[in-house]
Amino acid sequence: MIDASILSADTVVALGYMLALGVSLAVILAIANRFLFVYEDPRIDEVDSALPHANCGACGQAGCRVFAEKLIAGEAQPGQCTVNAPANNVAIAEFLGVDLGNQEKRVARLACAGGNHVAYNRAKYAGLHSCRGAAMVGGGGKTCTWGCLGMADCADVCEFGAISMDKNGLPVVNADKCTACGDCVDVCPKQLFELHPVSHQLWVACKNLHHGAEAEAECEVACNACERCVNDSPEGLITIRDNLATIDYSKNSLASRVSIQRCPTGAIVWLNRKGETEKGSKAKPVIRKKALPVSHA
Amino acid sequence: MLALFEKFRKGRFSHGIHPRYHKDATRGKAIQRLAFPPRLIVPVAQHIGAPAKPVVNVGQEVLRGQIIAEADGFMSVPVHAPATGVVSSIGLMPSAAGPKVLSIVIDVYKASSQYVLYGNPVEPETLDHDELIQRVQATGMAGLGGAAFPSHVKLRIPHGKTAHTLVVNGCECEPYLTCDHRVMLEQPQDLLQGIRYALHITGAKRAIVGIEDNKADAATAIKAALKPDDPITVKLVETKYPQGAEKMLLKSLLGVEVPAGGLPIDIGIVVNNVGTLAQLGKLLPKGEGLIERVVTVTGTNVAKAGNYLMPIGTPVRFILEQLGITADHEKVILGGPMMGMSLPSLDVPITKGTSGLLVFQERTFIGEQGETVFPCIKCSRCVDACPMHLNPAQMGWLAGKRHYAEMESDFHLNSCFECGCCSFVCPSNIPLVQYFRIAKAVNREQKGKA
Repeated sequence: MIDASILSADTVVALGYMLALGVSLAVILAIANRFLFVYEDPRIDEVDSALPHANCGACGQAGCRVFAEKLIAGEAQPGQCTVNAPANNVAIAEFLGVDLGNQEKRVARLACAGGNHVAYNRAKYAGLHSCRGAAMVGGGGKTCTWGCLGMADCADVCEFGAISMDKNGLPVVNADKCTACGDCVDVCPKQLFELHPVSHQLWVACKNLHHGAEAEAECEVACNACERCVNDSPEGLITIRDNLATIDYSKNSLASRVSIQRCPTGAIVWLNRKGETEKGSKAKPVIRKKALPVSHA
Repeated sequence: MLALFEKFRKGRFSHGIHPRYHKDATRGKAIQRLAFPPRLIVPVAQHIGAPAKPVVNVGQEVLRGQIIAEADGFMSVPVHAPATGVVSSIGLMPSAAGPKVLSIVIDVYKASSQYVLYGNPVEPETLDHDELIQRVQATGMAGLGGAAFPSHVKLRIPHGKTAHTLVVNGCECEPYLTCDHRVMLEQPQDLLQGIRYALHITGAKRAIVGIEDNKADAATAIKAALKPDDPITVKLVETKYPQGAEKMLLKSLLGVEVPAGGLPIDIGIVVNNVGTLAQLGKLLPKGEGLIERVVTVTGTNVAKAGNYLMPIGTPVRFILEQLGITADHEKVILGGPMMGMSLPSLDVPITKGTSGLLVFQERTFIGEQGETVFPCIKCSRCVDACPMHLNPAQMGWLAGKRHYAEMESDFHLNSCFECGCCSFVCPSNIPLVQYFRIAKAVNREQKGKA
């Protein structure tokens, strides 16, 4: 039994007000729902839920939601998401009844092989521990001013944990985890990262613009512009531009391991399907394991 | 009464810092010529703007004062051969900023008298404005205070604007540096001549020379050299860092502020450094090029510290050898200790914008991995020190999170001129200026991409 004293006149009035307020707000909401309603394709939610929600931007869109909208509008293909599990992309394609489309997997690649055991140092940088910070102070301590500074800005910025630093202070990209989002490309102060389809297996791991002995005096594995790779390759595949071997990837189908064989420093490499880096047979071996000291040369 | 008060008011600005000045070692040392180095490294881009284009070939003989690279457009200045010799190579050489830059390397003839044989004398008073601007550009002058902004661009008044005042910056607020001080003391006639030319070119009615009050002897020297009808006044301002920043100097001298993002010419003022105008006074009538400058070489335990006149392109290694500074230095800085650049290599040359060379020999407080950085304790010393009244603490926090765009849009990052006051006072050793320079560089890159 309800105690009669609870249902006093004041309580009834209060409940009445609450009821009236609730009803009036409900009416306003009902009107708003009728006149301010925005129709959204329910498929967007459906597709969005099948996307990885990494919001990495690798597909070229601002995020997964925008990508889902573009998919519905037919302006994108499910295959362009390289982060998603392939099965999910197939499911999206079937759900929307569109072509899967194929985006070849792209990965970030570092155009430098100058770890601290092969690249010489001209000064010791002691300051803010960041590549960008070191680059601001006279270009950092490395003698090669184009080379990797090894302070892991790229590993810090990678949201997928795809970049780790090896024992020689060079970033290593885990191709399975890399989504080609481009954050490392943006963060590197020396612009050493580039995004490439995995089919681009011929790679110049150097950016040094010096020639001959000058280049090798800065780093043991620098491209010294000797042109052997140019001569060994099909016409036009490799050219020497500003003392650096440059690969024309529009002719990528002509690329083979032949190009790297006679490289004296091993600056041009072949990245095989197992994720290993193959050097040419004439490349001088690197025996040193420890980091080089600072030389004031 | 207020006017009387104004008359005796010492020029000052709010905020700023008082570092130890360390100028005693070199302030009394007269300018001396340094020996010519056997090899000069002359970068083609020593100024802000388009790099000059080399017009000499490898193996070609060049005479002191000859043009070796010509200006590429209006925002550029030519480069002249600093010594007679032969061009041994043209290629990429180390620079203080980091990236290798295109440089002309000259092997200097030891037997040469090194007289300047090139010149195109003229009476600047007889030329009109455009011809004068061209003449100034032909001298290859760029601001000798440090920024190396082409002088002719600075002296040309943009269309629709007028200049009423020329401010001559003789503050030299950076610790250690005394080259401008010596120039004012020893070459007041050249300086005044340069000021007269600058007045003539800009059409300004008056000139004010602002000098920090620790260099009162320089002010006396300039006053003594003044002609009675010169519209030039000399005013002492408070000794404080960064008094020599043009925005601070204008506040101190005239009590005016430059609008954010604007230039002094927006309020009718042109600012030039004393070293620049002294060189202009010397070079413009003779029609010669800028081939040498005064550099203060000092630091800790530098026996032969002094102010040396040296050809542009002199490698730092040669200067250290000449002054008997041996290998055990910890740090070499080009410019002043607050805004200068720590050198990555001793093969970097002296350029038009180099005012000092500082050598620190003993291991100071820098440990193996640099200074230990502690978290911000929100003491607000940086806020009290910032002469631009920014909030360095907040910006430093944002920079740590890489929120660079927000620093620019909400916290006026671009008003920061990197004077270093905030880093200097920070008890936690937070490298604030370094953060801001990174932020600016990243923002510039992003804008370039967009």
